[in-house]
Order: sequence, then C-alpha cells, then structure tokens
Amino acid sequence: MNTELLGVLAIFLLTLAVAWPMGRYIARVYSGERTWTDPIFGPIERLFFRVSGIDPNRGMTWVEHLKALLTINFVWFLMSMFVLMNMAWLPLNPDGNPSMSPDLAFNTSISFVVNCNLQHYSGESGLSYLGQIWLMFLQFVSAATGMAAAAVLFNALKTRQRPFRGVGVGTRQFLRLFPEIQHPHFVALVILVTIILMLNGSPMTFEGKDTIVGLQGDTVQVSRGPVAAFVAIKHIGTNGGGFFGANSAHSLENPNYLTALVQLFAQLLIPAAMVFAFGFYLRRRKLAIMIFAVMTIGFLMLVIPNIVSEMKGNPAISAMGVDQSLGAIEGKEIRFGAAMSGYWSILTTVISTGSVNAMHDSTMPLSGMNELLAMMVNAFYGGCGVGILNFFIYLIIAVFIAGLMVGRTPEFLGKKVEAREVKIAMITALLSPLLIMGGTALSAWMIVQDPSLPWLNNPGFHGFSEMLYEMTSANANNGSGFEGLGDNNPFWNISTGIILILGRFIPIIGPVAIAGLLASKKYIPEGAGTLKTDTSTFGVMIFCVIAIITALSYFPALALGPIAEYFSMQ
Amino acid sequence: MKSHILSAIILTFCCLLFLAVLYPLAMFGIGKAVAPNGGQGEVMEANGRVVGYARVGQNFSDDRYFWSRPSAVSYNAAGSAGSNKGPSNPDYLATVQARLDTFLVHNPGVRANQVPSELVTASGSGLDPHLSPQGALVQVARIAKLRNLNARDLELLVTQKTEQPLLGLFGTARVNVLELNLALDNLK
Repeated sequence: MNTELLGVLAIFLLTLAVAWPMGRYIARVYSGERTWTDPIFGPIERLFFRVSGIDPNRGMTWVEHLKALLTINFVWFLMSMFVLMNMAWLPLNPDGNPSMSPDLAFNTSISFVVNCNLQHYSGESGLSYLGQIWLMFLQFVSAATGMAAAAVLFNALKTRQRPFRGVGVGTRQFLRLFPEIQHPHFVALVILVTIILMLNGSPMTFEGKDTIVGLQGDTVQVSRGPVAAFVAIKHIGTNGGGFFGANSAHSLENPNYLTALVQLFAQLLIPAAMVFAFGFYLRRRKLAIMIFAVMTIGFLMLVIPNIVSEMKGNPAISAMGVDQSLGAIEGKEIRFGAAMSGYWSILTTVISTGSVNAMHDSTMPLSGMNELLAMMVNAFYGGCGVGILNFFIYLIIAVFIAGLMVGRTPEFLGKKVEAREVKIAMITALLSPLLIMGGTALSAWMIVQDPSLPWLNNPGFHGFSEMLYEMTSANANNGSGFEGLGDNNPFWNISTGIILILGRFIPIIGPVAIAGLLASKKYIPEGAGTLKTDTSTFGVMIFCVIAIITALSYFPALALGPIAEYFSMQ
Repeated sequence: MKSHILSAIILTFCCLLFLAVLYPLAMFGIGKAVAPNGGQGEVMEANGRVVGYARVGQNFSDDRYFWSRPSAVSYNAAGSAGSNKGPSNPDYLATVQARLDTFLVHNPGVRANQVPSELVTASGSGLDPHLSPQGALVQVARIAKLRNLNARDLELLVTQKTEQPLLGLFGTARVNVLELNLALDNLK
C-alpha cells in the first residue's frame, strides 16, 4: 500500500483506539468520581475556588449555568479587546508590530473567545508575543467552555429526580472544567505535544525576527516566537488559530511528518472521546456507539473523495503534460503530501479546528465542497464539547420524526420530547442556513454592486465559493478559510464577528435548554412501546435527517460555487 | 450577577497565572534544555556563518543550484502564505504554464512529463523546504553541466540526501533543498 495512505490510516485508527479509554476518563471526571490525579490537582482546585469565592457544592439550574458561562465569556472578550488594541506599547513586542484596529480586534477577540479562530491577520506582522500568549490563553479556556456546556447536557440527561430543582450538578463539576489544570490528561497532553514539537524543531523563544543571508546571497527575515506552546493547545482544544499566517503548513509550526501525525491525533482525540464519554456517563454505551458510527460514516463519506481527488491532481495541470504523481500539490507541502492534506482538510472541518496544513482555496472543486459540507453539518465528531451538543439537536429532530412515523410518543432516555423541545431544536438547526445563506447573499450582493472591492482572489464560481466558505466557517466556528479572500476590512470583520457570536452561543443554549427542560419531566421507564434509540435503524434515521436538512439548506449555494466550478473544468 | 462577574474575573486571573505565565515559561525552560539550538530554531551553517534555517525553505533560482519550489511570497519567512489560487483560475493556469516553459528552457532535454508538479506550483506556506526526489533528479543534468560534475555523482548525492518516509512506512520521500545545495557546494 502507498505510504502516504498508510500514514493516514494508521493515525486515524490509533486516535480511535485511544479515544475509548479517554472517554471513560472524561466520564469519571464529569461524574465527580475520584481519579488517580486528584491528589495532585485537588489542592490547586480548592485554592482556585477559595480565592474566587465560588462555593463548589452549591447546585445550579441550567439557566444559572448559562449565565455563569456567558458572564465569564464576556469578561474574556473585554480583556481581549484591551490587549489586542494596545499591543504596540505593551511588553513582549520585539518585532514592533502594531496594535489592531477596533474592527479587527473585535473580530479576533470574538473569534478566539468562541473557539473559532478565524484569523483576519497574519501572526508574523499582526501580533506581538503578548498578543500571541493572550490568544493562547483563550485557546485553553474557550475549549473548556464547550466542554463545560457538554457537561451540563450530560448531567441534565442523567438526572431523574422530581420535583426538579436544578440539574443536580454542583458548581464544582461545572467550573472544574475551566482551568484545564483540573483536567490533567488534557494538560499532560498539551505539555507532551509541546515537547514533541520542540524536539522536532518548532521554536519556543521570545527573540524577535532573525535576519540571515541565504546561501544564494539573498537577505531574508525569519519570524520566530513561542510557537510550540501555542500549536499544542491549538490542536488539543480544537481551536486551530495559527501562530503564523500559513498555520500548520508553516514548517516552524509543523516541522515534519511526525509532528503532522501528532497534530492530527491531538485534534481528533477529545471530540471522539466526548462521544464515548457520553455513553459511559449515561451508562448507555450502545447509544454512544450508534452515535459514533453515524459520525464515522459521515466523516468517511467526506474524507475518502477528498483524498482521492487531491491525489489525482488538477486536470488542468495534467493537460499541460506535467507529471502529477504527487497529486494536486498547489498550496501543499512536500513533507505532508496530497493524501494527508486531503485527510487533514476534512478532519479540521468536521471538528471545529480549522487549522490547515494545506491551503483549502487551492484544493479541487469537489474537495472544497466537502470541506464546506463538513462545516455545514458540524456534528461529525464536532468541536471540543460542542460537537456532541450539535449532534444532540439532530438527534432530537430524528426522535420526533421517527416518533411521528411509527405513531408513538417521541421519547428520549425516558423523557417525553414535546412541542417546546422540538421547536428549540428546529430553530437551532435552521439558524445555520439562515446565517450562512444570509451572509453569503449579502456579500455577493455587495460585490455585484461594487466589483472593485478588493475581496476576491479568484474569478467566477470559485470567487463565490470564497465568500460562501468564509460565512460557513464563521457560523461553524471553524476558522479555516479560503484564505485568498481579502477579509481584513470592516465588512468582513463585523459581519463574521456577529455570525460567530450567534453561531457559537445559540447552538450551546439550544441543546442545554432542551436538556434542562427534559430533566424536569417525569421519567418513564422503557417499555414495549418505547422507540429504541440505540439501534442501527435509528442511526440510519439520524443520518437521513442530517442529510436532508443539509441538502435542502445548502444545495443551491453549493451548485453555484464548487459544483459549477467542477463541471466547468471537465 | 455581580458575584458572577467578580468570580469570573478572579478565576480568569488564576487561570492566566497557570496557563499564560507558568505554562509558557516552563516550556521555554524545557525548550532551552532539550530543543535544537535552545528552541530558537535549528540553523545551518557554511563557512562559519549561518546560511539558513533548516526547516525554512529559501529561494534558489540560480542555475548552479537545485531550484526550490515557486513561492507565493518569494520565500519571505516573515510573512508566510500560499497563493490561494483556485484550480480553475485562468491567470493561475497561465502562471503555471509559464513556470513550466521557463523550467524547460533552463533544462534542455527535459520533457514536460518528467517535471513533477511541485516545480511549477507554490507551496502552502511559501516556505516549503523540500522537493520530491524526482524534483531534484530532474535538475541533475543542468547542474552537472554547469559545474562540470559527473551526473552519476549528483544522482548519488540526491539519493543520499533523500529522507525516506517515517519508519519506511508512513508519508512521503523528500529532499531538503538547502541541505542538498550545501552538500553540492562541498562536492569536489
């Protein structure tokens, strides 16, 4: 077998094998059981709570949870605006980079607070090291926000007490996910990945740019910085914001094939483990395996065509007679190759990482479409914590539709799913098409009004895809881009900033609200009349729901962009 | 609400202490001890001076050296980027054709189907330090002629400098262009 394919297959299987025990561990942390790491991290945790005046044993309702979560996010946003708009005179700025404009700081702050990491700047010239470290901090805590929200969902689904006085989770379980030092595997993993990166040549320095004269006599400047620490959390937290403009295609962020494998492993691990954690926590392993199977099938349906088409190469370049045995290598690095780049392009878009090791703008038309689809669905694995929340929405809709089809009252985990829950689920599910299509329509209208706007890097169908991709990436909190788009201007900074907020918090509030409502209902033990949700039949049902919602919402836009481009190249 | 805000601020500062101060400093310390060049980035030297970063590609367009790949940012390592050109963009395809023509002019005797696509396309970072083995081998005849070297020796050099896939199993084979050109200069 081809060594490029073998590498991809090996890392995929290895990740899944480790995700299972990791899921069990996360479930233990969530249920407040003692783990072997408690003696180390317990005292630090208690200190944190004492200093911040938090009573870890006080119960909170799901509304209080959400309030606490939104408050702390708002605090981060304000601090972020301050740092990014004052970098020029603050310390740790050896390259003398400028502060951000207000609209860029707005976009960047939101983007990193919501775990998206859309970047309308380039790290080399757009940030000081203080700015980089601040954003690194946000990469830690924003991942934790998603995990904490997922914890609330897990708890609410488990509780069976009535009358219901909160979701039965202490502040302790909720907040212990904020400082990841409470999540020791997480921190151990981050440190391990940082060290691997450093050993392989990723810099970890506070020195500024170096100027050297190359072998041929050209003078070049080489940007450096505390890269390794940044890149580790960028992947483990499914953040994806690059230290440098070229993200993980840059050889100092991703020096060789081994580091690329490590980064692929790191970004999939927690999203995959969260699904298993769901099963362990609720003691419904079969349900978790069904969910995982649906996600995996969806993932494979997107990733296999991408690997194939990237390895096949660009037909327009084949027509010139060039040897394309390396595949479509424009925008790709030799040390990764086309197969890994194809795999990475889908992995990073199904989960909400958005880091890239190759430029998506230069991938083949149908690969671009699959990257878009991965973000439109946004629930095949999905980001840290939020993936399972997004999937939960599809699950509720599927329960409802399946219930209607067989004429039974829709139930999930012993709780009746009624009009109110389904309404919330539908609104949450339909918000994405509204934001993506609305945003793309607005930008397309503007460029038609004024074709001189310096936005598009490519003409025709592909130019439309660039705008569609940016809006989709913002809504999915993904952060990758068709980076040819000239997006550092008030229109893109503000429009995607707003979409980022809505695309982050509504899909968190929706599922948590549904779970909170379900939690307060009477528990009905499963009987002969119950619709079984952990069967493969129901798995097919969920898959169909996802496919139909996605196709109905997005097919017209995809037909105008990547599909039209594909046929124009035949 | 007020207590939420106060708690949030204090908790944030606690986290900052651990995640934004202690963590990077600890990593910085470990890097100084174990990473190549103390974590400042691996460099390559020739004749007693630094000629480049081992991991960062540089521009080679002199016919006496192995050319590196085209770059969208002219190998400016203080502003990495790809071309972000779509696969159907006519201007882009014209550029690729022009690169191919230039290459064929500088390498007489080479046919288009011997030129691997990385020699006419830009990398994702604009700083790709590598070529595929074929990308180096196809340039051997030109360099051998200009430097009065035996083509066999050059082919051997390329083979020596080829990094095999990880454990021989995973990934791509590749040649670091800077390393290859340094070795080329040392060839007698």
